[in-house]
Amino acid sequence: MTNIQRTHLDDLENQSIFIFREAYHVFKNIAMPWSMGKDSNVLVWLARKAFFGRVPFPVLHIDTTYEFPEMLEFREWATKHHNLNLIVKINTEARARGIGYETHDPVTVTHELKTVALQQVLAEYKWDALITGIRRDEDPTRAKERYFSPRNAQFEWDYKDQPPEFWSQFVTTAAKGEHVRIQPLLDWTEVDIWRYIQRENIPIPQMYFARNGRRFRSLGCSPITQAIESTASTIDEIIAELEATKTTERAGRAQDHYERNAMQKLRAKGFL
Amino acid sequence: MEQTNPQSAIRNPQSSAAPTLRVVFVGHVDHGKSTLIGRILHDTGSLPEGKIEQIKKACAAEGMGFEFAFLLDALLEEQKQNVTIDTTEIPFRTPRRQYAIIDAPGHKEFLKNMITGASRADAAILVISADEGVREQSRRHAYLLSMLGIKHLIVVVNKMDLVDYSEKRFREIEQEYRKFLRELGLEARTFIPASAREGENVAQASAKMKWYGAASVLEALDSLGPQERDVDLPLRFCVQDVYRFDGRRIIAGRIETGTLRAGDQLVFSPANKASVVATIERWNAQENGPAVAGDSIGITLSEQIFVERGYVASRENETPIEANRFHADLFWIVREPLRVGHLYSLRLATQDVKCEVVSIERVMDSSTLETKSDAREQLQRNEIGRLTIQTRAPLVIDNHDRIPDLGRFVIIDDGQICGGGTIFGGVYTDRTVTKSKNIFWTEGKITANARAVRSGHRGAVVWLTGLSGAGKSTIAQSVERELFLRGMHTYVLDGDNIRHGLNSNLGFSPDDRVENIRRVSEVAKLMADAGTVVITAFISPYRMDRSRAREIALEGNAEFIEVFVDAPLEVCEARDPKHLYKKARAGQIREFTGIDAPYEAPEDPEIVVRTDQQTVDESVATILEQLLPRLREYDVND
Repeated sequence: MTNIQRTHLDDLENQSIFIFREAYHVFKNIAMPWSMGKDSNVLVWLARKAFFGRVPFPVLHIDTTYEFPEMLEFREWATKHHNLNLIVKINTEARARGIGYETHDPVTVTHELKTVALQQVLAEYKWDALITGIRRDEDPTRAKERYFSPRNAQFEWDYKDQPPEFWSQFVTTAAKGEHVRIQPLLDWTEVDIWRYIQRENIPIPQMYFARNGRRFRSLGCSPITQAIESTASTIDEIIAELEATKTTERAGRAQDHYERNAMQKLRAKGFL
Repeated sequence: MEQTNPQSAIRNPQSSAAPTLRVVFVGHVDHGKSTLIGRILHDTGSLPEGKIEQIKKACAAEGMGFEFAFLLDALLEEQKQNVTIDTTEIPFRTPRRQYAIIDAPGHKEFLKNMITGASRADAAILVISADEGVREQSRRHAYLLSMLGIKHLIVVVNKMDLVDYSEKRFREIEQEYRKFLRELGLEARTFIPASAREGENVAQASAKMKWYGAASVLEALDSLGPQERDVDLPLRFCVQDVYRFDGRRIIAGRIETGTLRAGDQLVFSPANKASVVATIERWNAQENGPAVAGDSIGITLSEQIFVERGYVASRENETPIEANRFHADLFWIVREPLRVGHLYSLRLATQDVKCEVVSIERVMDSSTLETKSDAREQLQRNEIGRLTIQTRAPLVIDNHDRIPDLGRFVIIDDGQICGGGTIFGGVYTDRTVTKSKNIFWTEGKITANARAVRSGHRGAVVWLTGLSGAGKSTIAQSVERELFLRGMHTYVLDGDNIRHGLNSNLGFSPDDRVENIRRVSEVAKLMADAGTVVITAFISPYRMDRSRAREIALEGNAEFIEVFVDAPLEVCEARDPKHLYKKARAGQIREFTGIDAPYEAPEDPEIVVRTDQQTVDESVATILEQLLPRLREYDVND
């Protein structure tokens, strides 16, 4: 009998690595959106695990032009640190039309500066798959996701008729103009992410840690992302805080709550 | 920020590093799955604060009684959103551990979702209503659970309040259903009489069913052991990919079963080549010891043999079965029926081959277990067939009851997963014995417009060039054998079979040499057009001749791959297998390439092998690595 010691985090890590490698094998032209948020950095880390230290495809930052300066600093630092092939995309056309948080509602701005920007850059590079860091526990609509989740040419997600996924077999075909979202973090929870960041010592922006009684639990555009009251300045303290909270992770993200079902509408139209 | 009791956090209930136990809830429609889930969430304090009150209020406003089933809907924000519930996960925890409920309520695409959910579950709760008893879906779901390999099954006989908590009724259902499960080879761990609506035997023992006295639903869940990795089964390491990022060749894959250590001697199927694990590769790893079932790792080998995605590594005395024909039970989940003789893709672990169903021996109704053996040509949705499958290339398999991970596969049509099967009855043979009994080759019916689709590869011209004695013929024959063993159409053209027939009227004058190569080029093109991988082994010393050969091949839309079989003149002359160099030096042969005629080395060949530095096997491996992916580049929809 073999005696082995494997933890829950080991299980999650192994499954994610498996998914990365399946994706990289199947899709020749692939990219990984990278928001510099905690999940995104875990994703970069897992990619390096899967490919023995390198990220063999471009990472994509959709820059809304409303980024926190600290996040941009982190972007420059981490790009060098992980030796990433970074592509930055800004929907300059929408900004030129005056789309912005100063004048428009957050759902419109998010759609224009994130989803439409993503559509533009996807059309430019013709990627047939995107690796995303979404998790089932983040939002009820994300709970329904598959590891390999097809999107049609209009970016729509047909959540009512999803392909079956079992025995590690995934839908791996994308027709012209379509793409597949690959979601290696689907099974992870927010606490798993933190425990893993702690275990692996993964670099993340310092904004997640409390300063002057406030910290960010989820990071997005600066005008619509609220810090929470918190004194958690270490990962242990953050985990303790999360275990005691009933507030959802994305509660500080205005676009999710602007109207009823906002997240569902955003996602059906192609939001990550 | 709200601060509340840690036990009742719906979003972040994970307060220990212990693995979450995933539980799928199945059963006949309206037998109370949602009510049971709602009750469990309520009784474990897993609901957000105020949720119950909010729903009670909403129910009162609508003039309805409160139902626990509403909780689930509300929780998922499903109400009024017109979203069909898909497989979804809802966390809860008991003092013992963390759980995730996988719920897949019934609707028209239920089966796909249930299979998706159940295949990820560690345990299943099957709900049967005490008043209606065992119904069609109660049986079908159990059958699918058994095929999907669920190890722990708990049967909850729900709605006991509707039958006055009658022990007699409970025993009737238990007896009937246990008998059914036994026929499937499934053993239910526990049968629990319960009322989800009234909370009887869900979180606590029921005062109304004192006659029962065994575990409640939560107690039964808590008593389940953690899902164990299959470390004690024979090793199966399934290759996902081969990486060469830093010059080293890392074979990446997952250990499905067993353990693997550096220094282990492995056999790679289907080629049956052996090599020793030099290193286990992980990046920035917590664990640097042996790899075990479930680990995604990389390995390097001490001897370079050809390995690609789909290969399965095992130990010599416990190899899997290599077969191109086998028996399986298959469930079918799409509207379009499965058809005998239709060409499908079959995926098993990381293998992907073309296959067809040769015959359907019998069809089982998954709810009644009635079988019919009426020589059917089709399998309809929701049916389970026992059938014989033939693949176009050898497949590495195990019997499902021996090693589940290598004993199950999916059938793909038009990019869509249409069904899943489990393999039985395969014969394990000693790999030293000549080819196993599981290999049956028949002539493929190759139609003109879809040769590549039919044979699973394109035709191509692999043009070897190099000095006499460089090793062209040896390599050509080895490559031919490797391709042939993969079920490919292949043929070597060399001096022996060309000069004596087609080109018997040609001599060795410069003009005749040019004509010789031209005719070879044309023949190669025709054969490649017919779907064959043609390997030519001629010195072909002139660049111009080779570039014409390339043009001719391209005219016929055949892939042309120039392989420079490179070895220094001294080495070739030292080998001199046919004593030609000796004769040329002695002046007995004139215009011999390398001696008194030039050899123009290729400027940009697709592949170079150095036979003075590589063994024949290594050269062949180099060629296959480049060649095989090219042969598989064709439009499957053509």
